[in-house]
Amino acid sequence: MANEDQQGTTTLQLVLAWSFVGIPLALGVLQTLINAMKLFQ
Amino acid sequence: MGALSFLDRSHTIAKPGFSRWMVPPAALCVHLCIGQAYAFSVFNLPMTKLLGINQSTPDDWKLTELGWIFSIAIFFLGVSSAVFGRWVEEGGPRRAMFTAALCWSGGFLISAIGVYAHMLWLIYLGYGVLGGCGLGIGYISPVSTLIKWFPDRPGMATGMAIMGFGGGAFIASPLSVWLMSTYSTPTHIGVAETFITLGIVYFFFMMVGAMIVRVPAPGWKPQGYTPPAVPQKLITQHDVFVYDALKTPQFWLIWWVLCLNVTAGIGVLGQASAMSQEMFPGRVTAVAAAGFVGLMSLFNMGGRFFWASTSDFIGRKNTYFVFFALGTVLYCLVPHTGSIGSVAAFVICFLIIISMYGGGFATVPAYLKDMFGTRYVGAIHGLLLTAWSMAGIFGPVLVNYIREYNITHGVPKAQAYNTTMYIMAALLVAGFVCNYFVKAVHHRFHMKTEQEGEHLRARAAMTSEPAGA
Repeated sequence: MANEDQQGTTTLQLVLAWSFVGIPLALGVLQTLINAMKLFQ
Repeated sequence: MGALSFLDRSHTIAKPGFSRWMVPPAALCVHLCIGQAYAFSVFNLPMTKLLGINQSTPDDWKLTELGWIFSIAIFFLGVSSAVFGRWVEEGGPRRAMFTAALCWSGGFLISAIGVYAHMLWLIYLGYGVLGGCGLGIGYISPVSTLIKWFPDRPGMATGMAIMGFGGGAFIASPLSVWLMSTYSTPTHIGVAETFITLGIVYFFFMMVGAMIVRVPAPGWKPQGYTPPAVPQKLITQHDVFVYDALKTPQFWLIWWVLCLNVTAGIGVLGQASAMSQEMFPGRVTAVAAAGFVGLMSLFNMGGRFFWASTSDFIGRKNTYFVFFALGTVLYCLVPHTGSIGSVAAFVICFLIIISMYGGGFATVPAYLKDMFGTRYVGAIHGLLLTAWSMAGIFGPVLVNYIREYNITHGVPKAQAYNTTMYIMAALLVAGFVCNYFVKAVHHRFHMKTEQEGEHLRARAAMTSEPAGA
């Protein structure tokens, strides 16, 4: 665990970490937006 | 404890080169999972037909009985965050996230047994008590870590995490519906299997967050960041011990600020669908009302990030002044939107109101950091969340009972909410006054040295075992 920190954070790690939480959240938001559009129909 | 030593705070201290931008996703891993609580209602209807399958039988659970599951969970959120706040603060974020993952997923697994055995008390115990503890510990686990990583933008950092709590329902709701439809057969409703799947998935997701999270090394500062040379009146450079914070008027004023802001928002959040249909009969259908509720959830989530980030620029106290002043005006306008028949104005009013409701949650950790310093901010935040539990009980009760009272006294349904709106506005005026009286904490409450901190912790450990256990 300690050794992996020694090299610092790579861009790939940042992209993976943000994608891990961002993709499910974005899909959920998109689904909610589609449902919310029914308000304007 | 050797096998679990990787959970220790000392094992989470970041080495040089670690990017602080890895910490918000770690926090989001936890908050997106526990945010499922807002979507628990998708299970309510299926759980009223577990025996009858197509329709409820007399032995099936009633909606009123099932409503207690969420209430118990929110109650234990407040209790656990208050009781375990200091333990979370001193044990570090990874231990707290791991514990939260165990409680949260364990709550789902116990609830699954409750569904199989058709024993409601097991669900109260599982999702309500154990899951509620997971909610409380998980909610506060990343807060102080984020504030320490982002001393230049504490509002934005905590806003990002707490936004995840608002956004968790967006993932949980469609996922739960899909899982239930997958596991259901003509003779069986797949609620228990859905609980088991969610428990396993959430444990994995939260553990990823626990493994990613790091605390900054002592004395670490962001590159190029220099603390303000001239101390700001409402941003302390000192720390206040967690239990000393309780002795300050500032803690209780901010407690009321949060409680009143949440009471005003939570009451209408639960009634938004019915309210929109009753205020605009024939113009807002059930489907459109569901869309309105979805839109409110989006603004609830977005407001958490927007307002907390804004507070970094305009200050925490001013941000709450905006919530209370603008909220009061908007609540007073709502009855007029009904009388002039403007659905658009009604929707805009509530979207702004609900964004400020979310913003109130997200801005409060940074407000506490400004008042009490960073050392015990997580634990103090935990104590403050009891205001949420209180508001969770009073808000919906207030809205429901006033509406019932009005209708039984002959007020037309379209106007039954008017009194409620004015009462909500009055609550916000009271919040404005509380916020006005928040001043800097008196220096006698400041911790003088690290040695004093150690002494206080030792003294508290002797007198109050649970917090330090």
